[in-house]
Amino acid sequence: MKTKKLSKIEFKHQRVLIVWAAIICLYGFIFYYVPLVGWLMAFQNYKPVLGVFKSEFIGLDKFKFLFEDESFIRVIRNTFAMGIINLVCTFVMAILFAILLNEIKTKGSKKVVQTISYLPHFLSWIIVTGILHDALSGSGIINELLMNFHIISKPIDFFAHEGYFWPIVAFANVWKETGWNAIIYLAAITSIDPSLYEAAAIDGAGRWAKIKHVTLPGIKPTIMILLLMNVGNILNAGFEIQYLLGNGLVQKVSQTIDIYVLKWGISQADYSLGTAAGIFKSVVSIGLILVFNNIAKRHGEERLF
Amino acid sequence: MEQKRRRKKISGADLAFRICNGIFMIAFVIVTLYPVLNTLAISFNEGTDALRGGIYLWPRVFTLKNYTTVLQKDNLITGAYITVLRTIIGTLLALVTNAILAFIVSRKNFIFAKSVSLFWVITMYVNGGLIPTFLLYKSLGLTNSFAVYVIPGMISAFNMLVIRTYMRGIPDSLEESAQLDGAGYTTIFLKIISPLCKPVYATVALFVAVFQWNSWFDAMLYNRMSTQYTTLQYELMKLLSSVSNQSSSAEAMKNSEGSITPTSIRAAATIVTMLPIVCIYPFLQKYFVTGLTLGGVKE
Repeated sequence: MKTKKLSKIEFKHQRVLIVWAAIICLYGFIFYYVPLVGWLMAFQNYKPVLGVFKSEFIGLDKFKFLFEDESFIRVIRNTFAMGIINLVCTFVMAILFAILLNEIKTKGSKKVVQTISYLPHFLSWIIVTGILHDALSGSGIINELLMNFHIISKPIDFFAHEGYFWPIVAFANVWKETGWNAIIYLAAITSIDPSLYEAAAIDGAGRWAKIKHVTLPGIKPTIMILLLMNVGNILNAGFEIQYLLGNGLVQKVSQTIDIYVLKWGISQADYSLGTAAGIFKSVVSIGLILVFNNIAKRHGEERLF
Repeated sequence: MEQKRRRKKISGADLAFRICNGIFMIAFVIVTLYPVLNTLAISFNEGTDALRGGIYLWPRVFTLKNYTTVLQKDNLITGAYITVLRTIIGTLLALVTNAILAFIVSRKNFIFAKSVSLFWVITMYVNGGLIPTFLLYKSLGLTNSFAVYVIPGMISAFNMLVIRTYMRGIPDSLEESAQLDGAGYTTIFLKIISPLCKPVYATVALFVAVFQWNSWFDAMLYNRMSTQYTTLQYELMKLLSSVSNQSSSAEAMKNSEGSITPTSIRAAATIVTMLPIVCIYPFLQKYFVTGLTLGGVKE
């Protein structure tokens, strides 16, 4: 009896919270949940005039088409390949950069290098790809350097050969995000107990030994968590740069699932096929996230005991 | 004697390490800065002269003409205006709504706190994808409008979680004593919690502002036909693709506009587009460092 009365007062008191929560969740429902209804389109021969509720259902035909389409299989391969290459390269570089930056003991120069390292993160992909085009063009700095050192005799057209595309994308990602990604590792390194370094020094450990036996084990939990979190996002890592850098000559290796969706769904206005490809991506993504979150959890438990 | 030799040996290795590390850092800085400084040099160099190549960090034939041309292009001016507008309005809207939501879900007594939290966390992992979203915006009348820049992405679970984590760190006693004084939740939010949250508000504002400033895809997808809503990045993208497709048409442009080439125009436009962010970010470092560490703690 008493609790009921109390909760009534509480309810009155919380009315303002409830009203705001309702407004905000209504917004969230419209912009994040309603689009899920659109998934029905993938199982329909969707006609804009008829809408989602009246279009004819055709079962899994669109998915059948997808998996019989050679270019879709290639697009899946490209997305995974670039996702994994980018993940590995950006991870290794960020960790390496954080560790080496931490070894700089002059505070001023450390600060300057770190500030500069953030810069590319704040540039849009439009600007980054523009810069890349300049640097890698026939008269660009890379070709000039290579020719000056007599490594090549005539300029390489980097954007005309399929073999260069994935490395260029990986390099661009490393260039853009190394400093930014290193922030979290630097924070983790700062939280390592300084007495561990002192103890290592007493045991006669040099710089390398300290990095290997103190720093790396110290940031290992951070590395594992970020790695597992990012593996789930592999498929989301491929749109802007591939779209902006790709061209007809390299499209076999440059196109990703997102570009495929854009090409079929928007340019060709085959909404059903675009949605089907999008669903495939979403489902695989969620699957990856669940699997790796599970592994992360188990990993965490193992660390506890 | 033995002791001394060992110390000397260590400091020798130490010296080698320091030198290698120094070289690595210098190389890193060069690779990061050179492309930007090179673009800057080209933007101040006379257009036709720049085509000869050989410009590295300093312009050879100095001119401001690239900039005066860029700043007179109508589409770039419209783009700049819309970009500034969407950055300001978008940031304000996102900040207010995310703060309110974070406040709601961080109230320990609120009966729906957990369910509202979950409702938003789900949106981080499940979304309809490009096509259903596109059709939704179209049916809501958001295409060919300014609203499409600032309304759809307004509340994001990530930003909400960053603010929520920060709010949870504020002692409950503050809220409790205010409640004893008869303050409602609105007063608590405005007068007690928000003033303490200034650092995390700054962090989220920075994230949203950078996102807004650098967006181009929404302009291309939803407002392709409405040139009055074009953005700076999208105009820059059009400049870029026109250059890479027809770099040989430099001559044609030269005749009509003197010594201006697409490359030099593009360099100037690139610098104009990146300038505001490049000038501001060094002073806001502590904010995004906090933001990233808060965002890392999701649960």
